[in-house]
Amino acid sequence: MRKFEQHQGIVAPLDRANVDTDMIIPKQFLKSIKRTGFGPNLFDELRYLDEGQPDQDCSQRPKNPDFVLNQARYEGASVLLARENFGCGSSREHAPWALDDFGIRVVIAPSFAEIFFNNCFKNGLLPIVLDETVVDQLFREVAASEGYQLAIDLEKRVVVTPAGDRFEFSVDDFRRHCLLNGLDDIGLTLQHADDIKTYEQRRAAVTPWLFPAAH
Amino acid sequence: MSGKTLYDKLWDAHLVRQQDDGSSLIYIDRQLLHEVTSPQAFEGLRLAGRKPWRLDANLATPDHNVPTTRTEREIGVEGIEDPISKIQVQTLDDNCDEFGITEFKMKDIRQGIVHVVGPEQGATLPGMTLVCGDSHTSTHGAFGALAHGIGTSEVEHVLATQCLVTKKMKNMLVRVDGQLAPGVTGKDVVLAVIGEIGTAGGTGYAVEFGGEAIRSLSMEGRMTICNMAIEAGARAGMVAVDQITIDYVKGRPFAPQGEQWEQAVAYWKTLHSDDDAEFERVVVVDGAAIKPQVTWGTSPEMVLPVDASVPDPAQEADPVRRQGIERALQYMGLSANQPITSIQLDRVFIGSCTNSRIEDLREAAAVVKGRKVAASLKQALVVPGSGLVKQQAEAEGLDKVFIEAGLEWREPGCSMCLAMNADKLGSGEHCASTSNRNFEGRQGFGGRTHLVSPGMAAAAAIAGHFVDVRELMAS
Repeated sequence: MRKFEQHQGIVAPLDRANVDTDMIIPKQFLKSIKRTGFGPNLFDELRYLDEGQPDQDCSQRPKNPDFVLNQARYEGASVLLARENFGCGSSREHAPWALDDFGIRVVIAPSFAEIFFNNCFKNGLLPIVLDETVVDQLFREVAASEGYQLAIDLEKRVVVTPAGDRFEFSVDDFRRHCLLNGLDDIGLTLQHADDIKTYEQRRAAVTPWLFPAAH
Repeated sequence: MSGKTLYDKLWDAHLVRQQDDGSSLIYIDRQLLHEVTSPQAFEGLRLAGRKPWRLDANLATPDHNVPTTRTEREIGVEGIEDPISKIQVQTLDDNCDEFGITEFKMKDIRQGIVHVVGPEQGATLPGMTLVCGDSHTSTHGAFGALAHGIGTSEVEHVLATQCLVTKKMKNMLVRVDGQLAPGVTGKDVVLAVIGEIGTAGGTGYAVEFGGEAIRSLSMEGRMTICNMAIEAGARAGMVAVDQITIDYVKGRPFAPQGEQWEQAVAYWKTLHSDDDAEFERVVVVDGAAIKPQVTWGTSPEMVLPVDASVPDPAQEADPVRRQGIERALQYMGLSANQPITSIQLDRVFIGSCTNSRIEDLREAAAVVKGRKVAASLKQALVVPGSGLVKQQAEAEGLDKVFIEAGLEWREPGCSMCLAMNADKLGSGEHCASTSNRNFEGRQGFGGRTHLVSPGMAAAAAIAGHFVDVRELMAS
C-alpha cells in the first residue's frame, strides 16, 4: 500500500450532507474486475450531464458546469471537503478506489459512514474528522480564496490552513501506523497465525458445528 | 458489574487477540461472496501467492449482475447479454473453481441473493460472525449473529486469515414496544426507526432490536429490519435468539444435526442480552403507533406515514437540512405539502435482499389477488430472492396470482434494487420499491425511488399511486 505521511493540496468543497457511495461511483462501473480506472467516473451523475457507461471515453461527454470538480479554480484538487455522514450506503470499495484514481488523497468531514471510513485506510487515503464548526470555517475560507490549500501531517495528526490555523485530529494508532509505513495488514495478521490456530482449536471444542472439516 | 449484551457475548466469543494499539483480531465463522466485490480480493490473493485460510467457511453465489428474464437465465453465464456483467459473473465462477470454494452458480436452483441464500441454507447460524462484501450483510444479525458488511480489501483479509482487524462498537438498543397493527410490517418498523434516528443515528453502534413487536415477528420480518440497520448507519443489527429463530434453522442443509443440533440449541439459547446489560444508547418506539411508511426523498431518513404530506423546506430551520430537502424535492419532482397518496407511479419493484422472501411474496400476493395492476403503470416486477423461494412461491400458486394481476414474475437476483442488470428505471420515473435505498440514481439514472413494504408496493401497483394498504385489506 502507498504510504501517507504528509500532504498539501488544493481543496474542493462538496457542500452536501449524506453523500452516498452510489453517488461517489454509480453501479454500472462496479462491473469492472480491476481496482483502477474509476477516476473518470468519480461522481459520475453529478459531474456529467449524460448517463455514463463503462469503458466510455469521458473526455467527450457534456460536463455539468455547476459541479465543483468541473470548475477551473478547483483543478488538481487533492483534498475533498465534505459534510456529515460522507460515504454512507453501499460497502463498495470502488468508492475510495475512484477517489484515489481521481487524485484525492484526503477527505475532511464532520463525520463518515463506518465502512467507507475503514475502506479509505486500506487504500492509502486519509479520512479526517473535524468538528462541524471547523468544517464550516474551512468551507468559508475555501469559498473566499481561490487556490486555497490545506497541509495535512499524519505523523503530527494536524491540518494546517494557509493562515496558520492548526486543527488536530484523532486517528487509531493501528491505522496510522499502517498508513505511515504503507503496511499490508494481511501480512501483519499472518504474524499471529499461531493465535488464530489456537483459537480455532479452542472454539471447535465448544461449537464443533462451526468447524465441520475438523471432524 | 453489569451483565453482557448480545453483542458483547458475540464479540467475546470471537476475540482471537487484543492488540497493543487498541485494535482486535476477530475470528470470522462465515464469509459470503458475490461477483461484484470479490474479483479484486481473489486477484490480491493470487498476486501475493496466498491461499484461503479455510475453504469451508466461504459460500458464493452471483446475484447483483444476473439477468432476471427466463430466456437469458436458461442459458446460464453465456446467456448474459451485457458483456461486462458476463465477465464479472464468469470471474466469480472461475475464482471459486480455482480456489475450491462452494458456489451456487447461475443455473443452480439454490442461487439467489446472498442475504436470502445464507439463511435459507442454514449457512447463517445463531452465534456466528458473518461477513460479506456488501453492506446489507447486517441482515444475518436477525439470527443472533454478529454480521456486517466489509470492503474488498477486508474480503481478501478474511479469505487469507479468517480474521478481521477491527474495534469494538458501542451498544444500542432499539426497543419496539407493543403489537404492530395489521398491515404494518418489519419494513414499516425499520423505516420508522430510521426516520426517528436518521441515517447516521446508528453510526459506531451495533444495534440490537428488541421489545414485544420484534419478538412477535417472523424471521423474515426480523431479517428485513436488520437488513436496513445499515441505512441507520449501524454496520450490524441483531435480534436475540428465541424459539422462532431455532425453528427456522432446524433441518436446513448447513445446520447442525443429531447430537450437535442439541448442543448447538443449548448454546444458542444463551444468545440474548442479560437483564442487567447496559446499552450506551436506548431508543424506544411505540410499535402500535407505526403506520405504513413511504419515503418521499433521496435518503432513507426522508420517510413519512402514508397519510402524511411531503415536507415544506420553508419550515426547516437548519440550513444544511433545508438545502437537503429542497434538493430532494427537486430531484424527486415533488412539491412541498403534496400528500404522499398523490404521488403517481410508473413502476413497482417487489424484491431485493430486504423483501424478496416467501413471506414478502405472500404479503404482496394477498393484496393483488383478484385485482388488476393500474393501466397507468409501465411495469410491475416481482423478483424472488432465490431459486428456492421462487420454487416455493410457485408451489403455492403465487406466480399465477401475480401474473393474473398483471405483474411480471422473474428469476432471482438483486435486479432493480440497484439496477446493475437490465432491470432499471428511466429518468424521472417514480417507483414504489421494496428495496432499501432511495439514493439519487440508485435504480437507474434519474430514477425516483420510494421505499415501501411489499404490501404497500402491491397496493400502489393496483391504485397507480400510493394508498394505505389497509384500505385494500379491508375491502
